[in-house]
Amino acid sequence: MFAIYMRELKSYFLTPIGYIFCGMFLVVSGMAFSQCTLLAQSTSSIGEYFLWMMVIFSILIPLLTMKLFSEDRKTRTDQILLTSPVSVTGIVMGKYLAALTVFGATFVANSFNFVLLFKYGTPNMVSIFMNIFGIFLLGAAFIAIGLLLSSMTENQLIAAVSAMGVNVAMLLISLLAGEVESSFWRTVIKWFSVIDRFTPFTNQMLDVSAIVYYISLAAIALFLTTRVIEKRRWA
Amino acid sequence: MIEINDIRKSYGDKRAVDGISFKVNEGEILGFLGPNGAGKSTTLNIITGYLSADSGVAKIDGTDILAEPIKAKKDIGFLPEIPPLYLEMTVLEYLNFVYDLNGCKLPRKQHLKEICEVVKIWDVGHRLIKNLSKGYRQRVGIAQALIGNPKVLIFDEPTIGLDPRQIIEIRNLIKMLGREHTIILSTHILPEVQAVCDRIVVINKGKIVADEKTEDLINAVDGSRKLVAKIVGPEDEVLKALRSIGGMKSADVIGKRDTDSVSYLLESEDRIDIRKPLFYTLSSKGWPLIGLEGVELSLEDIFIRLVGKEKEKETAKKLKRGVK
Repeated sequence: MFAIYMRELKSYFLTPIGYIFCGMFLVVSGMAFSQCTLLAQSTSSIGEYFLWMMVIFSILIPLLTMKLFSEDRKTRTDQILLTSPVSVTGIVMGKYLAALTVFGATFVANSFNFVLLFKYGTPNMVSIFMNIFGIFLLGAAFIAIGLLLSSMTENQLIAAVSAMGVNVAMLLISLLAGEVESSFWRTVIKWFSVIDRFTPFTNQMLDVSAIVYYISLAAIALFLTTRVIEKRRWA
Repeated sequence: MIEINDIRKSYGDKRAVDGISFKVNEGEILGFLGPNGAGKSTTLNIITGYLSADSGVAKIDGTDILAEPIKAKKDIGFLPEIPPLYLEMTVLEYLNFVYDLNGCKLPRKQHLKEICEVVKIWDVGHRLIKNLSKGYRQRVGIAQALIGNPKVLIFDEPTIGLDPRQIIEIRNLIKMLGREHTIILSTHILPEVQAVCDRIVVINKGKIVADEKTEDLINAVDGSRKLVAKIVGPEDEVLKALRSIGGMKSADVIGKRDTDSVSYLLESEDRIDIRKPLFYTLSSKGWPLIGLEGVELSLEDIFIRLVGKEKEKETAKKLKRGVK
């Protein structure tokens, strides 16, 4: 697993994709940050910035995950992975953690934005940390979803676009909740809505169910990825 | 060392492998022959654990590849039809990756250097794989299969797309590796098998049509030998004399190369050597024999004959059933 993790990590920076992801993440996030806080001359509208982050993640994270399995399948390098003495779970986790590391590192670099706030005011530290924690979990779940979709095709573009579609749909699903009359379905939709699950973090609450939700979402997507790969072996 | 028993695999309605069983003993080089689409790659992919069979068992050194995949895979070095190379890496980066992937315990630097020297890629170790020629990429593919010194090596069409000099080098390499490893060599080039393998398994449409020692198989299907003789003499008379030789099945002119000599294609009856009577006949007439060479049996010939035999057997079975 470690060999795969290291290879994927290096591969991000042997090809332009790692640089594109980091660069776009920092630039777009920086613009959103300055618009929501510095230019708005307010530190209380930090929630709005994190909403923007969700949108940015749903579009950018698929760039990070699109090639993870689809490229291996296209170039047949999956043969060396699947005939090596490593379990399918090991392969999936190696790739997942590599993407998570690049995402995490960029995320940490991006967090220096918040230091700026202290120069201009006294921002709510708890609020910032809770939001950062929540949004990181969301990113981790999006990476797992992207990985799953990458395992389903050998075309990187399809993997990326479908992952963007799923991510955006998970963001927009909460809008649907307002349109549904049945309270049962409204509850179900809200349960699945990524934004609704994020609310406790914005409200500075450490909601275990929200944490479990994001981790479960990632775990289910990772589990399904192993099943997709196993199934292809039996196809 | 390798044991596969009644392996079956279908892709939708198409049956790719239909009940294949064979064993490869330790230190043996097995030639795995078949036309394109016969099920060779599918079988090899099942043995290496890349694909799962619908039914049947594949064992490597007594370990079932499905029941204990990690243990079994440690004993296999596999070069697929398309070498699984990461083009953005250098040769040494790639080999180091495979070393880690296999959890190899041998001394890293020394082991990788030895492999690179054996397959002659040490001089390109720091070059990107995407900048290498086809021949070098194939060698890198072989090198990755050797990492960890696995007991079993499986090569799927290792010489495809190489130039003649590279083909000979790779063949010699495989021969050399055969001293210490058990090898399955899949190919559709007959001279390759003749040059390298101890035993041949021939498959067609997912079924085994022959499983014999190389010499026995060649002899079995090559009972009547073909020769090309270059003779100086009057064409009609020479032809007449050739056809009168005992054991001659056919004699035909196939071309005039020089001004005074003619080439003839001679085919003898099964298991009859016509070279001596040919010499005496020509010398008695005073016609110089300036060239004589055997015609190598092509893989197509072998298939036509083996598949032909299979069909004959099937027809005979059907007839028997009909009589009953």
